[in-house]
Amino acid sequence: MTTKRFTLNVNGRDHTIDADPDMPLLYALRNELGLRNPKFGCGLAQCGACTVQLDGTPIRSCVTPVAAAVGKIKTLEGLGTPEAPHPIQTAYIEEQVPQCGYCINGWMLTAAALLERNRKPTDAEIKEALAGLKCRCATHMGIMRAVRRAAAMMG
Amino acid sequence: MATRQAFALSRRSLLKGAGMLVVSMGAPVSVELANSIGAALASGAKPPLHPAELDSYIAIGADGSVTAFFGKMDMGHGLETAIAQIVAEELDVAIKSVRVVMGDTRSSVNQGGASGSTGIQKGGMQMRYAAAEARRILLEAASRHLEVPAERLTVSDGIVSAGVDRNVGYGELIGGRYFNVKLDWNKRIGNDLQARGIAKPKSPKDYKLVGKSIPREDVAAKVFSQTDYVTDIKVPGMVHGRMLRPPVAGAEPVEVDEASIKDIPGARVVWKMGFLGVVAEKEWDAIRAAERLKVKWSEVKPPFPAYASLYDHIRKAPAERRSIDRKSGDLTQAFASAARIIQSEYEWPFQSHASMGPACAIVAIADGRATLWTGGQKPHYARDGVAAVLGMKTEDVDAIWVQGPGCYGRNDAGDAAHDAAVLAQAVGKPVRVQYMRHDATAWDPKGPASVHRARAALDAANNVIGYEFISKGFSRQEVSSNESQVKDCLAGQLMGAPLKPTPAFGVPAESYGFPNKEMGWETIPGFIARASPLRGAHLRDPVGPQIHFASECFIDEIAAAIGADPVAFRLKYVTDARDAAVIRAATEKYGWQPRPSPRRDQSGVTVVGRGFAYAQRNGAIVGIVAEVEVDKRSGRVWARKFVVAHDCGQIINPRGLEQCIEGNIVQGLSRALYEEVKFDNSMVTSVDWMSYPIGEIGDVPEAIEIVLIDRPDIDPAGAGEPAMRPVAAAIGNAIFDATGVRLRRVPFTPERVKQALSSS
Repeated sequence: MTTKRFTLNVNGRDHTIDADPDMPLLYALRNELGLRNPKFGCGLAQCGACTVQLDGTPIRSCVTPVAAAVGKIKTLEGLGTPEAPHPIQTAYIEEQVPQCGYCINGWMLTAAALLERNRKPTDAEIKEALAGLKCRCATHMGIMRAVRRAAAMMG
Repeated sequence: MATRQAFALSRRSLLKGAGMLVVSMGAPVSVELANSIGAALASGAKPPLHPAELDSYIAIGADGSVTAFFGKMDMGHGLETAIAQIVAEELDVAIKSVRVVMGDTRSSVNQGGASGSTGIQKGGMQMRYAAAEARRILLEAASRHLEVPAERLTVSDGIVSAGVDRNVGYGELIGGRYFNVKLDWNKRIGNDLQARGIAKPKSPKDYKLVGKSIPREDVAAKVFSQTDYVTDIKVPGMVHGRMLRPPVAGAEPVEVDEASIKDIPGARVVWKMGFLGVVAEKEWDAIRAAERLKVKWSEVKPPFPAYASLYDHIRKAPAERRSIDRKSGDLTQAFASAARIIQSEYEWPFQSHASMGPACAIVAIADGRATLWTGGQKPHYARDGVAAVLGMKTEDVDAIWVQGPGCYGRNDAGDAAHDAAVLAQAVGKPVRVQYMRHDATAWDPKGPASVHRARAALDAANNVIGYEFISKGFSRQEVSSNESQVKDCLAGQLMGAPLKPTPAFGVPAESYGFPNKEMGWETIPGFIARASPLRGAHLRDPVGPQIHFASECFIDEIAAAIGADPVAFRLKYVTDARDAAVIRAATEKYGWQPRPSPRRDQSGVTVVGRGFAYAQRNGAIVGIVAEVEVDKRSGRVWARKFVVAHDCGQIINPRGLEQCIEGNIVQGLSRALYEEVKFDNSMVTSVDWMSYPIGEIGDVPEAIEIVLIDRPDIDPAGAGEPAMRPVAAAIGNAIFDATGVRLRRVPFTPERVKQALSSS
């Protein structure tokens, strides 16, 4: 098989890798770039553990071929830092949301994208935006509290 | 008592004098004692990692910081923080100065791993006693140092003080050295390990940290992606492994065409009897190799019945074990004299752990030693299992627990550990295995399917005079709850290890004082004995949700049959005062108005009902009111509100406990409303999140109100599982209240609810 050279813009930095064009972006981010997030959950775009933002839109990196990852990629690490946290990160800490935390990429990056376009979401809008994401520890009550809190911080 | 005396003697001989006990009672410090304690602390040599050594639990650094070595792990409920609170409390140090190292066989003894909600109940109590003993030893050392009797010393933030300007810190007393003090070990390992010193832990009235909602340390690291999960561990020279499972359960590879993957760089096949895996240097290549490898599988008779006949199979299959665990009075006589008999049967399907990520493990073997990185529940037992797989001595294998995708029992993590070991040994390189989603959902050990039969005998005045509850199902221990033996993991089963499943189920945990009462169970053999994708194992609150779904729905059925309010009915019969307190606390908080179920005052498409259920679990008691909406047109059930009363004895961290309870409730409602492992004749067909749906954000209740009943003077029980136990029954009872229709099979899917409503 042939590998090709790709430049991935991740969290504001360019990275050049050689990879099978069909390889999902997930493996490039985890193994070629050595990022801890996103995570492999299903490989089927059914759970969200692998979520990253591509030009601000949440995508499932487990089914996105690396060749299609053209644009600015943001992972959870790129969302904010302890010094300059994104409101959803602050809210997650204040609400003590995660249990195992394996799923949080999907929830946080999707919620962050929601709050970019809607600073005052209703509960129904939050649930609509987060539909399809999985959290097996069932921290959903905390997730709802955190998104509401982040919205209040941003509003 | 004999043990205690023997222990005291050994302690005396170690410390070369009997004065130690005297000092504890406040006598002046003898020179002999002072020298002996100093000698023990300073003896330098690190004692072996052994359950009877104080150093196996607590270390004090030169800066006075405390490290607690914990042979269990936090599965996401904040146990790490709770243990730090317990240890800091007993030692009188700041919470920030305590670091808890969890589940690393190099630094902790086997306290059983995550198991049966015993993290605090057993593991935490061991740490409490160890920390109390460490404080006692440190005070004696300080007494010598400051030349003041121990009972006149105070401790704050790890500084021992005899008054103004007469201070010495723990760090100065022992920092970086070892206690070399023996504990009175009960010779057990695992959950039941107890190793006590002489010191008594603090009185709860003196607590400063226990009982406080200290925030968890691990949350920020997770939120900022600053912490490794087991999936992030990388070892030099590591290759990636993937497993191949048969299309028909029980089939084995008979031909493997290695040429079919020859164009994938570095791809190799590892094939040993039924065990078939591939490795490659790159993860994506290993995934593709597993997909592309051409395998001819043996022809086997499809092992499963049609899914629709699962419960018929359970009813008809000969029991391999029958056990009556509770028996009082004369049941036969009670039923013979009954004015009325009520009976029902309930059904619960196989359920999957379906962990958020498929299991991952890394095994590296070098220079006669092996190391396992695992996200599983029981690293010490997994260490033993990997040693057995590799034919190595246990002491030559280390296991390091690293946070993994959440684990709620004996999930696929143990299988991944053994698979990684087999692959690493075969290819001579460190191997990282992460399963694919279908491996995780279709092939993880399962919570067993069951049928439950309940009967009640009533006299002419509607008193319950006889009660029988019998469960029949697959064993919850077809594979063990730990992975310490080759036979209990897929790799060993696929390579011919002799099997020994344990028939095990359980009975309801309640205190209904029915005068003639029998509760028991029967187990039946699995469809296939070896390497079954339906092998029964422990799934969060093993068999608790299924048993109490049936028993607590049946209690409601009795109440409904005699026109009694279901809560008043329970309060009439429970005999345990703590049970009654929990039942009252939940229902009072909810504002429960007594009346029989069902409601008969509703019309329209959406109807609302309330249901109650309660259960005990190993010292904890939980009562739950569920309020549900049922859409009669679609069959959708929305559990919009729960009120939970929870008594688990002494509370360590109220906020952590509340969030643990919330997770139990929401995972419990997922299991009640959606979860069902399906199969066809050949294989499990629940292989991903589409074919094994779970509760999602749209199912979240509007509110979960929690009443915590704190009992500071009662040793803590566990909380990781009890609140899940009555969830399905509370929802089922609420559906009955709303609709008048009794659902006796889980899950309450929209189709099933709709069908039940239309046939009623």
